[in-house]
Amino acid sequence: MNIEQVIEVRGLTKKFGNLVAVNNLDLNVYRGDVFGFLGPNGAGKSTTIRMLLSLIKPTSGEMKIFGKSISKDRKEIFSKVGAIVEKPDFYLYLSAYKNLEILGKLSGTDVSKKKIMSMLELVGLDKRYKSKVKTYSHGMKQRLGIAQALLHDPELIILDEPTTGLDPQGMKEIRDLIIYLSKEKGKTVFLSSHILHEVELISTRMIIINKGTTQVEGTVEELLKTDKVKVTFEVDRIEEALRAVNESSWQKGFKSTSKNEINFDLTKDEISGLNKYLIEKGIAVSAIIPVRSLEEYFLKITEGGSK
Amino acid sequence: MNTLIIIELQKMFKKWRTYIGIIAISLLAIIIQVALYFTGKNMIDFQMRGIEQSFVMVGNLLNGYFIARMILTLLIIHIPFLVVLVGGDLLAGEATAGTYRMLLTRPVSRLQVISAKFISGFIYVVVLIFWMALLSLGVSLLIFGTGPLLSIGSGIVIFAENDILWRFLGAYAYAILSMTTIIFISIIFSSLVENAIGPIISTMAIIIVFLIISAIPVDFLQSLKPYLFTSHFTQWNNFFNEEVDYREIFESAGILLAHIAALYGVTTYIFIKKDILS
Ligand SMILES: Nc1ncnc2c1ncn2[C@@H]1O[C@H](COP(=O)(O)OP(=O)(O)OP(=O)(O)O)[C@@H](O)[C@H]1O
Ligand SMILES: [Mg+2]
Repeated sequence: MNIEQVIEVRGLTKKFGNLVAVNNLDLNVYRGDVFGFLGPNGAGKSTTIRMLLSLIKPTSGEMKIFGKSISKDRKEIFSKVGAIVEKPDFYLYLSAYKNLEILGKLSGTDVSKKKIMSMLELVGLDKRYKSKVKTYSHGMKQRLGIAQALLHDPELIILDEPTTGLDPQGMKEIRDLIIYLSKEKGKTVFLSSHILHEVELISTRMIIINKGTTQVEGTVEELLKTDKVKVTFEVDRIEEALRAVNESSWQKGFKSTSKNEINFDLTKDEISGLNKYLIEKGIAVSAIIPVRSLEEYFLKITEGGSK
Repeated sequence: MNTLIIIELQKMFKKWRTYIGIIAISLLAIIIQVALYFTGKNMIDFQMRGIEQSFVMVGNLLNGYFIARMILTLLIIHIPFLVVLVGGDLLAGEATAGTYRMLLTRPVSRLQVISAKFISGFIYVVVLIFWMALLSLGVSLLIFGTGPLLSIGSGIVIFAENDILWRFLGAYAYAILSMTTIIFISIIFSSLVENAIGPIISTMAIIIVFLIISAIPVDFLQSLKPYLFTSHFTQWNNFFNEEVDYREIFESAGILLAHIAALYGVTTYIFIKKDILS
């Protein structure tokens, strides 16, 4: 396979005094990827994105975008990159329209009224194009942020938590938009988030970082498909159920129990077998709840991160 | 680059603070004009006391030139306060607003961005001084008419009507140079912080401290005077001497230009290296 590598990062490190915000990070993003960049608050996502966009200098490490060095070919690279970094900030004393016009001119793209209005329409702000951004709500600014990132039809779109502040409808719109951009337009999307669910829905590949260090990396299927699944069986008569399990070979999958629940580590095929066995023993299984290992894992590091 | 400068100017002239200087200059010029319109005759008479006999009276002394000269003397010391309002905000304003992140991730180099900022700062100074010239000289000439210029400096001189305009142009040009130095100082401070207040106050503090040092009659401090840029601000006065000392003017202008170049160079260096954390 010879797929073009859009972002290539090796050993990227950023220190703020003693604090290591990003630690020896490697990233590989290929053309057409919707790349999920996951991590809890303070994991180093925004710091990484700032380095990718040359807003801050890495302490060490190498970065290439479109196979080119960011320091040497920044103009060429940035004419093909659109980005949102942290919260959406604009010239508050200018209208949404004027903001886009200015940013579009700087990107060297078409800033005709038609083009700008169509961008505003895409994010649902066309009715308020004349209002000063000062008068916008957070969610509206976030939408305008997306408009400015897409304005010059970039090949690579870097979005730092683009759905913060959006209502559920807005979140879904953004998700659909990202899918559209990736599937229909062949764009490469680098999407940072601290919500696993959000990334999981649309990403092709993802990486989870915490405290600046990579924890796991891979395609979404790979990460979700592990041999053993944690699963909780909810039963009516817990004592009898436990006895039945201990008497059988199911005992090897047993993990723990609480109230009327028993937790197991099982392969997917084993789940139905155990269910059948318990029913045969006359125990009513009221629910089988899979706990996906990635989610549990993510929660674990998220908790670790917020302490 | 032109696009960047135009955009900078658009942003600048959409902000209120940009008009504070223009409005202040307009108000002061109008107040002085009105005051002199009614009481100017007395003032001229007062200044001419005792020497009336030694001159052949050459015509209307309360003319547009006289008013313009007066406004220039009165206003020039205060214009620094007005230009730093804009200069201090030029870079810090982007940091406060968080707009650096969008500005600097466009296909423009930081060198271009900072240069556009400096150039628009310079253009603001030019606009301000031009506006002052238009109001104080242009409008005054319309209201008060022309005539010879009574100039009170190291002695009393009266310049003939056809020997005046170029002196004003020289003085205004020099004022642009002085004010450009000041706005550049506020821009360097502006590049270091995320709020415009600090640069505004720091620049004013420097000017005030330097002026006080120059005014203290102690030998050591007086010997420092030529090294303080503030000592070179007042050379515009030189254009209203009977014999304009060009050597002095060019020397002072050279020192100011060196400041301007150094401020631009250092700020650009800082700005290109800077981590954008706002
Ligand atoms: N300017 C700074 N000075 C010092 N430390 C900083 C600075 N900016 C970020 N950090 C630190 O770097 C670490 C990573 O921060 P970063 O903003 O990259 O996290 P993040 O993953 O984007 O988090 P969030 O989900 O909250 O946006 C944090 O520990 C933070 O405190
Ligand atoms: Mg962040």
